[in-house]
Amino acid sequence: MPIKRLLIANRGEIAVRIIRAARELGIHTIQAHSTADVDSLAVKLADEAIAIGPPQAAKSYLNIPAIIDAAKKTQADAVHPGYGFLAENAEFADACAVAGLVFVGPSANAIRMMGDKVAAREAAMRAGVPTVPGSDGRVDDLETARRVIAETGFPIMIKAAAGGGGRGIRIAANPEEFDRLVPQAKAEALAAFGDGGLYLEKVIERARHIEVQILGDGHRAIHCFERECSLQRRRQKVWEEAPSISLPEAVRRKLCASAVALAEAVHYSGAGTLEYLYDDASGDFYFIEMNTRIQVEHPVTEFITGVDLVREMLKIAGGEKLRLKQSDIFMRGHAIEVRINAEDPAQNFMPAPGTVTELRVPGGNGVRFDTLLYQGYTIPPFYDSLLGKLIVWDEDRPAAIARLIRALHELQIGGVKTTRSLHLALAADPAVASAQFHTRWLEGWLESNATKLAAE
Amino acid sequence: MAKQILSPLPGTFYRRPAPDQPVYKNEGDSVAVGDVIGLVEVMKSFNEVKSTEAGKIVKFHAENEDAVMAGQPLADLE
Repeated sequence: MPIKRLLIANRGEIAVRIIRAARELGIHTIQAHSTADVDSLAVKLADEAIAIGPPQAAKSYLNIPAIIDAAKKTQADAVHPGYGFLAENAEFADACAVAGLVFVGPSANAIRMMGDKVAAREAAMRAGVPTVPGSDGRVDDLETARRVIAETGFPIMIKAAAGGGGRGIRIAANPEEFDRLVPQAKAEALAAFGDGGLYLEKVIERARHIEVQILGDGHRAIHCFERECSLQRRRQKVWEEAPSISLPEAVRRKLCASAVALAEAVHYSGAGTLEYLYDDASGDFYFIEMNTRIQVEHPVTEFITGVDLVREMLKIAGGEKLRLKQSDIFMRGHAIEVRINAEDPAQNFMPAPGTVTELRVPGGNGVRFDTLLYQGYTIPPFYDSLLGKLIVWDEDRPAAIARLIRALHELQIGGVKTTRSLHLALAADPAVASAQFHTRWLEGWLESNATKLAAE
Repeated sequence: MAKQILSPLPGTFYRRPAPDQPVYKNEGDSVAVGDVIGLVEVMKSFNEVKSTEAGKIVKFHAENEDAVMAGQPLADLE
């Protein structure tokens, strides 16, 4: 049954994004919010709003009973979890099902399987998708670990089975470090994720981060090509683009086909992303994990394909079969997204909440700014620092970079420090212009270019 | 008026370094300049709150996990 009343169980720019997609489909929107978000743009834009708890996320956006209760009170028939918070929480998906609510995302079982990074790795192997060399499953004893390392060598990554999104990862350079880090990693994984399970992966030096967007309806899946997100700081993406210009057409075809094979093998429903490492020297790619939700950087895919991914999610969750066939999906031109965060690049990216005294939003052809900001808004300190995403499209990558620079100059956010200056510096960098980067490139660049990031 | 320790940042105040560890300071404890009395979490980054005065903590005004504003009194000293 098509969704009629949608509760948005998230905040910030993604809540705004979901409200927009829902309203275009004639869906009544209900924004769940903490007391700190009563003045948020999402609350202003939604048809109605309901408070779910105090500012701290653990008591509001992560509070499953409060959200289910809010959905019942407002007679919602579906819940969109956005990204982060409860988006990849199988227990929440179960709770929605028990309450008779449609969870806009895959089944709880698919979330559970992909959330366990070892199970996901095994599912990938079964579907014939290449994975990073490492342990076959969980590593329970040092003996097994040593056998794995005999094949992969050092350095080796120790990863939490329940981790993901760059969390729960340690790198050991030698046997002594390995013996020291394993108990630490186990204790930390147990504390952070309630599961001390670990697995091992070879460190792929100088890899690119490439991910494939997929859409599925539980029976059939298609891909919407790839995104490259190699520019990262502390394993958080900073700048994302589509397509990846480092990928030869034959590799692109193989990579995207592998993502579809894995999505179909797990009967995936909704929008999802399969993340890979790509070694451009050898042309090899390796599956690392699947994110069972909409991603922050989805707009670059929307720009190059013309597909509205959030709309498709809502239609699939409402019971429709996937409307698109693979042959309907074309890509055209190049899109780049940069994350505008409330952080001061000149002060080691210290968070900088505050009140927006002036807001000038960039516009013109091929420019999109997805944001939670409005003039006079006071940014609450309780959540992550993403203020908005500036996304540009143009016929090719050099033109897109020129357009990005133009749009960044138009963007003016008064009263708070943002990462705008970082993106202006990156956009002017020759290595970025030639896309000669890998996932650890940005951190080195930041060390040697600190002076270019002086406060504005 | 007694001396106070103010929150340097807006965010969530914590009295413990980690949920399973003891509080930094109890009421009645003495503090030196620079002693850590708690943490403020702002946008997922944790910042230590250090005492700017020496003295004895007579009262905490913010409990563990309270939302605090910059400049809000966290504790009274004497």
